[in-house]
Amino acid sequence: MPRHQKPTANGLVREYLSGRIGRRELIGKATALGLLAPVMMVLGGSRSTVFAQDEGTPIPDPDAGSTIVIPDGLRTDLSGAQIAIMGSSSSDPNTPFFQNAVAKFTEATGIEVNYILGENQTDARLQQMRQQFAAQASDIDVYQIDVIWPGVVAEHAVPVQDAMGDAIDGFFPGLVDTNTVDGNLIGIPWFTDAGLLYYRTDLLDKYGLEPPTTWSELESSAQAIMEGENAENPDFTGFVWQGRAYEGLTCNGLEWQVSQGGGTIIDTDGNVTVNNEQAIAAMSRAASWVNGISPEGVTTYTEPETFNVWVAGNAAFSRNWPYQYAGSQESEFIAGNVGISPLPKGDGPEDVSAATLGGWSMFVSRYSENQEAAIELAKYLASPEMQKALAVERSMLPTIESVYDDPDVEAANEFIPRLKPVFEAAVGRPSAQTGDIYPEISTVYYQQLNQVVSGSKSAEDAASSMENEMTAILEGD
Amino acid sequence: MATAFDPARLPPPTQFKRRRVKPWDIVAKVLFWLLVAFVLVYTIFPFAWAFLAAIKPNADISATPTRYLPSEIYWGNLEYVFNQRDFILALRNSIIISLVTVGVALVVGSMAAYALGRLKFRGRSVILYIILAMTMFPAIAILGSLFEMIRRFNLYNTMQGLVFTYMTFTLPFTVWVLANFFKAMPGELEEAALVDGSTPFQAFYKILLPLALPGLVTTGLLAFIAAWNEFLFALTFTNTYEARTVQPAIASFRGSTQFDEPWGSIMAASVVVTVPLVVLVLVFQRKILAGLTAGAVKG
Amino acid sequence: MSQHVPAPAPVVPVDEPAIRVSDAPQASWAKSRERLAWLMVLPSVLIVALVAFYPLVQSFRLSFTNARLASSRAVENIGLNNYRFLWESDTFRTAFGNTVRFTIISVSIELLLGVIVALIINSQFPARGLVRAAILIPWAIPTVVSSRLWAYMLNDNYGVINDLLVYQLPKTVSWIPFIGDNLAGIFPDEKIAFLARPNLALPSAIAVDVWKTTPFMALLILAGLQIIPGDVYEAAVVDGANKWKQFWQITLPLLKPAILVALIFRTLDAFRVFDVIYVMFGYKVETLTLSIFTQQTLVDGDRLGRASASSVIIFLCIGVFVLIYTRLIRVEET
Repeated sequence: MPRHQKPTANGLVREYLSGRIGRRELIGKATALGLLAPVMMVLGGSRSTVFAQDEGTPIPDPDAGSTIVIPDGLRTDLSGAQIAIMGSSSSDPNTPFFQNAVAKFTEATGIEVNYILGENQTDARLQQMRQQFAAQASDIDVYQIDVIWPGVVAEHAVPVQDAMGDAIDGFFPGLVDTNTVDGNLIGIPWFTDAGLLYYRTDLLDKYGLEPPTTWSELESSAQAIMEGENAENPDFTGFVWQGRAYEGLTCNGLEWQVSQGGGTIIDTDGNVTVNNEQAIAAMSRAASWVNGISPEGVTTYTEPETFNVWVAGNAAFSRNWPYQYAGSQESEFIAGNVGISPLPKGDGPEDVSAATLGGWSMFVSRYSENQEAAIELAKYLASPEMQKALAVERSMLPTIESVYDDPDVEAANEFIPRLKPVFEAAVGRPSAQTGDIYPEISTVYYQQLNQVVSGSKSAEDAASSMENEMTAILEGD
Repeated sequence: MATAFDPARLPPPTQFKRRRVKPWDIVAKVLFWLLVAFVLVYTIFPFAWAFLAAIKPNADISATPTRYLPSEIYWGNLEYVFNQRDFILALRNSIIISLVTVGVALVVGSMAAYALGRLKFRGRSVILYIILAMTMFPAIAILGSLFEMIRRFNLYNTMQGLVFTYMTFTLPFTVWVLANFFKAMPGELEEAALVDGSTPFQAFYKILLPLALPGLVTTGLLAFIAAWNEFLFALTFTNTYEARTVQPAIASFRGSTQFDEPWGSIMAASVVVTVPLVVLVLVFQRKILAGLTAGAVKG
Repeated sequence: MSQHVPAPAPVVPVDEPAIRVSDAPQASWAKSRERLAWLMVLPSVLIVALVAFYPLVQSFRLSFTNARLASSRAVENIGLNNYRFLWESDTFRTAFGNTVRFTIISVSIELLLGVIVALIINSQFPARGLVRAAILIPWAIPTVVSSRLWAYMLNDNYGVINDLLVYQLPKTVSWIPFIGDNLAGIFPDEKIAFLARPNLALPSAIAVDVWKTTPFMALLILAGLQIIPGDVYEAAVVDGANKWKQFWQITLPLLKPAILVALIFRTLDAFRVFDVIYVMFGYKVETLTLSIFTQQTLVDGDRLGRASASSVIIFLCIGVFVLIYTRLIRVEET
């Protein structure tokens, strides 16, 4: 064997030209080299250009964000600071708006902002953040966080209650509570979401019915409409919702429970309260819908499946999020016949409608080296002015009460002001009191509840399993 | 000899010898053919159904009663799939990851297999037993600690990380199958080389390795299929299409528009990732049959 | 790992290597050859140690701690608390029961079908090659794809299985004289929500698994069938044994080793089932298996310690089968 040396393509060719190796050997060695090259590249650990991803750049839209009014009182003394925000994803239609909004911020304050495109899927985003935090990285100063994450990410936050001051009073209290961990405000509510009842105005008229305000009314109306429609359309069903074993079922279940006096699974003091008569009754009631006013398959539905049945004109009622309003109004089957209202409540005199709270907040990392500039950007993006522009241009739902009453918002999206009472009564999932074990609590809840609505477990047994497992999780923590 | 399945060496026909035709024979024959027909339909129909769904218009797919044949050939779903940037990235990732996995497994594994199959050294049988046990290793048993390791090495959400973890299941069986293969080769091969003055290593890569090409192809194919079809690690150790492969992509594939039932595009995507495999398997049928049962019985 | 990985031989080449290079004239090479052998084995050994043994030891170690993946909390030793948690958890117990049920039912059906298919392919008839090629198709299809494909076929509304059961098959069998109408009566009148009905969820998953892995079973058994010498049968024919007798008295006993290998291999595989169920049902409890429980505990719950405990339990269960398996090999050796 020739003296061992690291083979390179150039070396091989040189050896061949100098006659030290023959043609066959050259071909053989070159092939081996070709096979090994990717191997070395991969095992080398460095991300070579071959693996680099060509990020699709969103098309700049100069008109996006044209209605943004710069809020008064932005600090200009931080000019020259450089910060970064992990923003929306490249495929998010809101991205041009945010990029322009950030550019306006730089113009007004002199703070330079690097807008980093984030992941599209929610869980991927959380993973991305966790990795940054695990490394205590200062690369990114401002993040967007989901409403159920505060407990998970609180230890990496800069508390912002002092920076917000009185301004926080204008926000929905429920949202402020969800973003408060151990007395610290760790996220500024930015936009929101809550469960809604969608109904078919044309069908209610046809059968002489009013939009239901209680679950009993919903049941009887759904039954009546379904019986009538099934004569012509056997696929028609009364009420669709999200019954699959996933986070969405926790949202649905919480609404059933709270609206019928069953509590919030875990109370604000961290006690497991789910095993109570009202909650059990609420779960049993939902189970009774399946194969009646709801299709058997509803226990496998997530939002898109629910939406598919609804927009095809195959359901009288649907529980879904506000962002599907626009899509419903574009459907060839139901456009113009879409009504929305708060979700129904129980029959008891003290029962009130409940909507599970969703939405996102602005979050400042404690590993940021420019925390003041970062807080300024977070405040700017969640300011009333910005929220109004978001509501007008992007039909995103404000977290500040007064924005709902703004005439410009109503003119642009008439349904937004009508949603205000829903958000006022919105209920947070028990994420604040459970902190970073919320995902486990929710898993127990939706897995047990899914068994109830599927008919394989009684509500009593499920509630007691929930209590046992949740207690074990909380105690073992 | 450890080769197992050789279609050319079939036992003499035992089932249907010519005798006097009795009524029961006819019934048996009919039943037998019915059974054959059932097996054929059972194995082929589901894939054919996916293929049909991929080229059916969406209205046909959600029609009740079921429309078995497409009313027209519709390319929309396949077009949609190929316009999905994420899906294309996943395809690219799968191709790179599977090829590199096969490359590493073959290079590293064939050396070990040669030593284990043809050289005598202390510790050989221990290693063989370990390798054997490893071929049955449950990946789930190390999911958590592997996750931790991957993050510590900064390999989370990288193709390198997946190639690395795919070694848990490709390397042991590559070594195992190839060791049997090397062992089955005639013993004089290296002796000739040694007489020529070659070193044992030269004997390995100049003589044995080229002769083992059929075995390498078989093992490589099986390793490729195993890596291509892997789901648990890909799902757990990646979260974006920088490294995510086609299996998790298919698992979470959503429909083309909100208004369609998404099965058309899901099936189109499924067919895209499956057709190459099916073609590969059918072309290399004999090799795969031999490799799958390699050494499974005393030959 | 999955059923795409071939079953290793029950006959390990633990006996002497094929050649004894030590007998070659260059006896002084013995040392350098041994060094070469180790050098060649070393990369594989290192990789296997790094990607399997080290993590396995870690799994055991972590299973006694409260470790998490993404948290700055201090990692503490909590003894057997994780195991106690699993022992007391309804969900874990359900997952354990589901896994056992899935394994027993699917492997039994696969064995039965596998033997039938292997016997078919082993007999001489014109379309043999076609059948042999056809059974490779389910094997080649990725599990994720088969799972989605069957979910589509089992759809309660427009799934083809429902169409066949409710409309096509009754129509077809009613043509059979005399018993046709009665046969047609056994089919359901209404479409079935296979995936939503809790008592049909696990059976649906089993059906997909059977479809997907019967070919593998059949191939292993076929390999066993092909080494049965033909003259055994000839002798039996001379003795006047009919087909049925031949099967029970000759084929089955001689097939036993191959069946055992196939059984154990499939049992190992079925016990760690993940893909097929996860894709169809996600985290649904009625179909939750140990692997899905473990993955969920790790990724969703961020409980590295508890997930490791669950991993260790799976490992120990599977270890029993591996022991049986290696035992079998030793038996073969002697």
